[in-house]
Amino acid sequence: MEAAPAVLAARNLRVGFRIPGGVMQAVDGVSFELRRGETLGLVGESGSGKTLTSLALLRLLESPPAELSADGIDFEGRDLLGLSEGAMADLRGAGLSMIFQEPMTSLNPLMTIGRQIDEPLVRHLGLSKRVARERTLDLLRRVGIAGPEMAVRQYPHQLSGGMRQRVMIAIALACRPSVLIADEPTTALDVTVQAQILALLRALQEEMGTAILLITHDLAVIAETAHRVAVMYAGRIVETGPVAALFEAPLHPYTEGLLRSIPRITRERGGDLPEIPGVVPAPGALPAGCAFAARCGFAVAECQELRPVLEPMGGGREVACWRPRHG
Amino acid sequence: MRLGVCGRFRRHPMAMFGFATVLVLCLAALFSPFIAPHDPLLLDTSRRFVAPLARAGFWLGTDELGRDTLSRLLYGGRISLTVGLVAMGTTVVTGAVIGLVAGYSGGIMDTVLMRFVDTMLCFPQIFLLLVIAAFVPPSLISIALIIGLTSWMEVSRIVRAEILHLKEQDFVLAARALGASRWRIMFRELLPNIAAPLLVAATLRVASAVLAESYISYLGYGVQPPLASWGNMLTNAQGYFDTVPWLAILPGAMITLTVMGFNFLGDGLRDALDPRLRMDN
Repeated sequence: MEAAPAVLAARNLRVGFRIPGGVMQAVDGVSFELRRGETLGLVGESGSGKTLTSLALLRLLESPPAELSADGIDFEGRDLLGLSEGAMADLRGAGLSMIFQEPMTSLNPLMTIGRQIDEPLVRHLGLSKRVARERTLDLLRRVGIAGPEMAVRQYPHQLSGGMRQRVMIAIALACRPSVLIADEPTTALDVTVQAQILALLRALQEEMGTAILLITHDLAVIAETAHRVAVMYAGRIVETGPVAALFEAPLHPYTEGLLRSIPRITRERGGDLPEIPGVVPAPGALPAGCAFAARCGFAVAECQELRPVLEPMGGGREVACWRPRHG
Repeated sequence: MRLGVCGRFRRHPMAMFGFATVLVLCLAALFSPFIAPHDPLLLDTSRRFVAPLARAGFWLGTDELGRDTLSRLLYGGRISLTVGLVAMGTTVVTGAVIGLVAGYSGGIMDTVLMRFVDTMLCFPQIFLLLVIAAFVPPSLISIALIIGLTSWMEVSRIVRAEILHLKEQDFVLAARALGASRWRIMFRELLPNIAAPLLVAATLRVASAVLAESYISYLGYGVQPPLASWGNMLTNAQGYFDTVPWLAILPGAMITLTVMGFNFLGDGLRDALDPRLRMDN
């Protein structure tokens, strides 16, 4: 796994919004690598910049108002920032695909399921309608939809949420992309369906070698699915490392707080659920030092003044903290 | 859902009245060569100003040149409805394209197009119609195009408003994430989703186009004699209004009936397609 070359690498990705009196930096220098066959989990609270990061990778942010910059977004040896809009559109859905949080609204309500899967096949692979339809039926079978011949003639409102997310996965993987960005793919689904969808993603990943960037706020989903994890806080990655090591011994106080606040059935009854005090600072009002300092129980004077950067800690782990835990 | 729309439409008496009226008028216009008892252009001074029901074979009487009024109304309806439908087509296509591009592009494109719409709306339509008609040689097609090109603004505003709401939906972002081009998103993803309001607007536009055609034909810039349209039949009739009023009343009644029919149809469609009314029924 470690030796595989990166298929997608973001270097110092930044997304800002121009506001009166300056620029609000919503994603502030995010860097990561994604290797073939690997799942990288991107965790963070609402507003931490996870979704903006994913949209920025595909260059789907409207500009203006969003301003995207980076030292590079390398995809299979090409810098996505240098591509024309047309070349970028050719890549979307073909080499780089995305699935969204809301399967209820992410499908066109007036198009049959069959046509919605055929289209990227015709558009990107130049297949004839007939060949594309055969591929579509095969894809539907592989994402576990019983009776694909019937499903291709149905409209989205005739399918359940889980079925629709399966269809979304079929569409996203139709052209066998090397990278799949999954933005909260199971958040809108109930827990049993969630487990099925995650298992399906894992199986398809093993079969196709797809690299998956899994964006979620749900640590359980990460634990179940991801190989490595990157924790985002206020637009920056604060800690990254292999899932098992990070869950076992978190280095950043924020990660530790997140893990501690998961409700557990074994927890002593009657006690309050631990929480992280305070709220995420608003992106226009970040302190000069560590963004988490105000909520951190271990902060020292240094934390208020100097912004920590990601430092390697061994074992493929990195943390941006002046006083890492367990370190 | 589709059944629901039909069901609501059928339970709407005004809508059904409008639908029946429009259907009868269209069939009459379509088959006028077979239904009309006489040649609408045939002159016969021996039978001028025959009153309706006064003579067998001329049930609605004859005009100042002895032409059969019923035949002229039928053929005139053909022309008025053709102009109405072609003008509606022009209005809807122009309005939809401009509304789509403005709404989906946003920014400068939106501002420029919408200010152009505002400018067009500053002029009364009848004034625009007459100015253009004075320069363009009148023919059925040119009249229809002139009417269409002076009345698309409302449609473009409706379409833009719908698109502004629709383009924020997840499936549009999903389509972009799959590599769909701007044009593809506008015409394949968005346009079908605004079919309902567009259909309602189109129906109502037919009514106003028929009315506009009669204005300009009445004022002499539209359909030229001897070809009959309901508008220029009114023009002919005004000289004899005190003595033979039916010559004016009959084409006037046809215009009223047509406009009413299309308006009722449009209103009925709007009510039937309105999702907010779905619960009440």
